[in-house]
Amino acid sequence: MTRFILRRLGMGLITLFLLSVIVFWATTILPSNPGRAIAGPFASEATVKAINHDLGTDRPIITQYRDWIGGVLHGDLGESYAQKRPVSDMLKDALGNSIKLAVLAFILVVPLGIFGGVASALNEGKWLDRLITVGGLSAAVMPEFVGGIVLLSIFALWLGWLPVSAAWPPGTSGVEQIKYLLLPAMALTLVLFGYIARITRAGTVEVLHSDYTRTAYLKGLPRRTVILRHVLRNSLLPTIAVVATQTGYLIGGLVVVERLFNYSGVGLMLFNATHQKDYPVIESSVLLIGVVYLLATLTADILSAVLNPRIRVGSDAG
Amino acid sequence: MTVTAAEENNPGVLQPAAETAAQARRETLRLIVGSKTVWVGTVILAFWIICALFGTHIAPHDAYQQDLLKHNARPSSEHWAGTDALGRDVFSRVIVGARNILLVAPLATLLGTILGTALGLTMGYFRGLVDDILSRLVEAVLALPLVIVALTVLAATGTSNIALIVVIGLVFAPIIARTVRAAVLSEREQDYVTAAELRGERAPYILFQEVLPNVLPPIMVEFTVRVGYAIFAVATLSFLGFGPQPPSPDWGAQINDAYALVSAGFWWESITPAVAIASLVVAVNLIADGLQRAVTQ
Repeated sequence: MTRFILRRLGMGLITLFLLSVIVFWATTILPSNPGRAIAGPFASEATVKAINHDLGTDRPIITQYRDWIGGVLHGDLGESYAQKRPVSDMLKDALGNSIKLAVLAFILVVPLGIFGGVASALNEGKWLDRLITVGGLSAAVMPEFVGGIVLLSIFALWLGWLPVSAAWPPGTSGVEQIKYLLLPAMALTLVLFGYIARITRAGTVEVLHSDYTRTAYLKGLPRRTVILRHVLRNSLLPTIAVVATQTGYLIGGLVVVERLFNYSGVGLMLFNATHQKDYPVIESSVLLIGVVYLLATLTADILSAVLNPRIRVGSDAG
Repeated sequence: MTVTAAEENNPGVLQPAAETAAQARRETLRLIVGSKTVWVGTVILAFWIICALFGTHIAPHDAYQQDLLKHNARPSSEHWAGTDALGRDVFSRVIVGARNILLVAPLATLLGTILGTALGLTMGYFRGLVDDILSRLVEAVLALPLVIVALTVLAATGTSNIALIVVIGLVFAPIIARTVRAAVLSEREQDYVTAAELRGERAPYILFQEVLPNVLPPIMVEFTVRVGYAIFAVATLSFLGFGPQPPSPDWGAQINDAYALVSAGFWWESITPAVAIASLVVAVNLIADGLQRAVTQ
C-alpha cells in the first residue's frame, strides 16, 4: 500500500513538472511580446523594450523558467502586471472565496446526488429512475452558464428569492453570505449531480442484486434496515472516490460560474487576467488549478485503492 | 480478412460476437437505426445543421438589423423571442448563430481524432518507453480542464476560429489517444497482427491497414462523445469572450452580451440561446449514447 502511494506521488510530481512547463510555455513563449501587449499598439518601440526589460521577458527562456519556478517554489509568484500587487496576495483572497463556494456546492450536491442515486436504484427501470438518470446526465453535459442563466431567471428574477450577483456588500455576515452564494452553488450542483447520482445508482444496483442483500431480506429484516445497514454502507464506496474526482471538474466550472455571478474567486481572477494579458496571474492561477486537480485525482486514486484492494494490483494501466 | 477464429479464442470486448464482420456491422447498424434516443438526437441535430447551412434564408428577420426604437422588446408574434438591447431579433440571431458552433466544434474534434488516433496507435503498438513518455505527457495535459487550457492559450494567441480549433484539437488528441491505445492493446494480441508481423510487414502498414479498421468503432464513438464536449467548450469560451466578435451572431456571445440584463427583466435575450445550446448538447449526447450502446453490445 505504501509503495502504491509513493509511486502515485512520484508520478504526480512528474506530471506537475510537465504541467509547469506547459503553463510556462503557454504564458511566456506563446505571447511573443508581452511589452507590446501591455503598452498597446501605439506605444513606441523604446517603451516596449523598456517594459520587456523591466519584466525580464528579454532574457533567455531557460533563465526565465528557472527564475519563475524557483520563485514559485519559494512562494514568490511574481507581481501582477495589471494591479501591481504580489500575485500571492491576490491568489490568497481569491482562493478563500472559491473554497467557500466550492464547499457550499459540495454540501448541496453530495447528499442530493447520493439521495438521487439511491432513489433511482430502488426504482430501477421505473419513471423516477429514468427521470433522475436522463435529467441528471443532461444537466451534466450542459455548460455551467446555461443552467446558471435558467436558475438566475427563476430564482432571482421570477421568484425574487435570491440576489442576482454573488458579490455581497461589505460587512455581510457569514450566514447572510450563504444567500449570495446559493445561486452559483446551485449552478455547479446541476452539473455535478448527474455524475454522483450515476455512480451511486450503479453501486446501489449492484449491491441490491447481491446475495447478502437477499439474505438480509430473507432473514426478515425490514426494508429500511436492509437499505441503511447493508446496501448504503457498501454502495457508497465508489461514490467517495468520485466526489474527490469531481473537485477537479468543479475548478474548471468555477471560471464560468464566478464570471456569471460576478464572484471574486480564482476563476474570476483568471478570467480577468486572460483579458488583461496579465501573465503572472494567469501562470499562477492555472498552476494552482492544476495542483488542486492533481491532488483531487491523487486522493481519488488512493481512496479507490484503500476501498477496493483489487485496484492496487496492476495500477499502472492508464 | 477473417478475425472470427481469433475472436473465439480471445473475445475482445469491442468486437460484437457475430459470425462475420459484415453481419456484425449490419447488427450494429440495426441497433443504431432502431434506437429511439438516436432518432430524437438526430432530428434535433438535423434542425441545427439546416440552420447552420441556410440560416440567413430561414431566419424571419435580418440577424444584423438593428431597430433602436424596439430594443429589449418582449416576445411577440412579430419577434418570437423578442429583441435584444440593439433591437435585433433574438430568434433570428439564434438561427444564424448555429453556424459558428457547428463549424468549430466538429472540426476541432476531427483534428483531435486524427492526431489522437495516430498517437494512440503508436503508443499501443510500440508500448515500452514511447508509451511511458507519451502517457506522462497525456496525464499532464489532462490535469487541466479543457476550458482552462484553452483560456490560457487563447489569451496568448488572440481569438480566432483557427486558434479555437487547434487548441481544442490538441487537448482532445491525448484523450482520444488513450481510448485508441486501450483498444490497440487488446487488438495487438490478435493472430492477424502476429501473422502480418511474420509476413514481414512494416509497422505503419500493420497499424493503418490491419489494426486501424478493427479499432474504428470505438474511435467513432469517442468522436461523437468528444463533439459534445467540443460544443460545451466552444460555447463556454465564447461566453467568456473568446469566440466570434460582435456583431457576428453566436450563442455563447449572445448570452455574454445579455445576461447582465436578466436582472432588469429581459430574460428572453439569454434564455433563447441557452435553450439552443442545451438542445444541441443533449442531441449530440443522445446520439453518442446510442452509438456507444450499439457498439458495445
